[in-house]
Amino acid sequence: MGVEPTVRSTLSGFAFSSLPGARGIRLIERHARFYRRMWLVVASGAAEPLFYLFSVGVGIGALIGTVPGPGGHPVPYRAFVAPGLLAVSALNGALNDSTFNVYGRLKFEKLYDSVLATPLGARDVAASEIGWAVLRGLIYSVPFLIVMASLGLIASPWALLALPGAALVSFATAAAGVALTTYMKSWQDFEYVMLVAVPLFLFSGTFYPLSVYPHVIGLVVEWTPLYQGVVILRDLVLGAPSWGLLWRAAYLAAVGLVGLAVAGRRIATLLLV
Amino acid sequence: MATVSPPGDDPPVTPRYGGPAPHFPPAIPAQNPRGDRNRPALPGWWDLSVRAFRCWLVMYRRTWRSSIWSSVFGPLFYLGAMGYGLGSLVDAHGTASLGGVPYVVFVAPAVLAVQAMNSGLMNAMFPVFGGIHWNKIYIAARATMLRPADIYRGHLLFITMRIAMNSACFVVVMAAFGLVKSWWGVLLLPASVLLGFAFAAPSAAWAVTLRVQTPMNYVFRFGAVPLMLFSGTFFPVSQLPEWLRPIAYATPLWHGAALCRSLSLGTVTPGAAALHVGYLAAMAAIGLWAGNRTYYRRLYV
Repeated sequence: MGVEPTVRSTLSGFAFSSLPGARGIRLIERHARFYRRMWLVVASGAAEPLFYLFSVGVGIGALIGTVPGPGGHPVPYRAFVAPGLLAVSALNGALNDSTFNVYGRLKFEKLYDSVLATPLGARDVAASEIGWAVLRGLIYSVPFLIVMASLGLIASPWALLALPGAALVSFATAAAGVALTTYMKSWQDFEYVMLVAVPLFLFSGTFYPLSVYPHVIGLVVEWTPLYQGVVILRDLVLGAPSWGLLWRAAYLAAVGLVGLAVAGRRIATLLLV
Repeated sequence: MATVSPPGDDPPVTPRYGGPAPHFPPAIPAQNPRGDRNRPALPGWWDLSVRAFRCWLVMYRRTWRSSIWSSVFGPLFYLGAMGYGLGSLVDAHGTASLGGVPYVVFVAPAVLAVQAMNSGLMNAMFPVFGGIHWNKIYIAARATMLRPADIYRGHLLFITMRIAMNSACFVVVMAAFGLVKSWWGVLLLPASVLLGFAFAAPSAAWAVTLRVQTPMNYVFRFGAVPLMLFSGTFFPVSQLPEWLRPIAYATPLWHGAALCRSLSLGTVTPGAAALHVGYLAAMAAIGLWAGNRTYYRRLYV
């Protein structure tokens, strides 16, 4: 591949671009410019978890009353479901841009082929796609968090860490999405994306606590990634943090880093670099 | 064989390879007063619509496997999570506001209605737009003897078949789990097909006029999703605030979900059923009328 030039930042003199994947920030800038005209398409997806919050959280919440929350004491149902839906909004934001759009850019727009003509490499492309999907996940999560705060569903100052937590959920989703999308062969394969995403959304303890399940199924669900994100956000927002949350965060970070490495290698294979 | 027949011998008929000579009607107007109108008549509107339907059927024979997951398993997932999972929480709290039935029995017919609506919308919006812009099936059909209205009707036949298939799967599951509480439930399939058709006819009529794809995404995101969540599907309309209730009662999904729920629970009354069926039938009729006009404007050559 030849010598990749390093660009020294004027601020610190540190060659930021010598970090692996760091040059991908240029591709993120390209995506931002591309979507600047149609920002509504990007931002309107944030509405869906908000609709679910109002209908399931507030509407069904009146039929349920209180649910045992983290820390043992009962919480109103809408305060229970809101952090779950925050994790779901982070997932939704990252999902589209790490699966369908990556496939379209790879096979039809041939964007990555043209990117290879620049100093960017395949690992930069992988890092930038994941980074853009994380940004989009944050675009969905931040309004949701603001609405949660305005509805009075935030119970503790630990909720400030909910935003990095949502970014972590987006990172894990985006990395897994990009890595798996590189194995897709046709548009029909994208039914599997929905086949995974919809059960994750419904069954990962977002709408009801895990105690509803029989014990064995509960054990299986505990190992799914969205459940870890839901637990982290729920414990932070409702004010019951514990050191165990760090293990869950490490799980998500591990999923993300493995996905990042796989995506980089696969894109290099697909682009015949 | 390039022979020139001398004038006055045989009638001027071009020699053909095998087969009898074709019969040309006399060209002189005095001997042939109807002129060009002697051509054979077009097949009737039903036969032409079935021809268009068969095109979609052939395509579906090759792509049906990829639609199973979202059509069949999607509603089952919703039933499992919302019906049973959430239902255990609701039942523990008390189901008086639901009419005394377990939550899963309350929500299953609504999930059927939502699935019918989604089938109708998704099958009527994106394939219609794709027929003009992506795979250009409508452009190809336009070059045949099919009129625009036949293309419209044929596609609607296919959409109705898809809605009926998806709804039949779900009704069978409902019956198998014992969620249909009355013999009126045999009418659940026609009711959900009517609901899906009532959504499909106007959506196809609108989708054919589009130049870009984004309005369809907005219709789904800002139309179908709020409808799905707020039309008395997962919780009764009485839970909504006062000012929102008339809006909910005016939406088509509320009529569809209320009809399906009353059939499933056996609480159906002639007046209410006539209101719901009449609303949906009127919506379908308006959609058909609009579709004939928009398809003609868009596709007529």
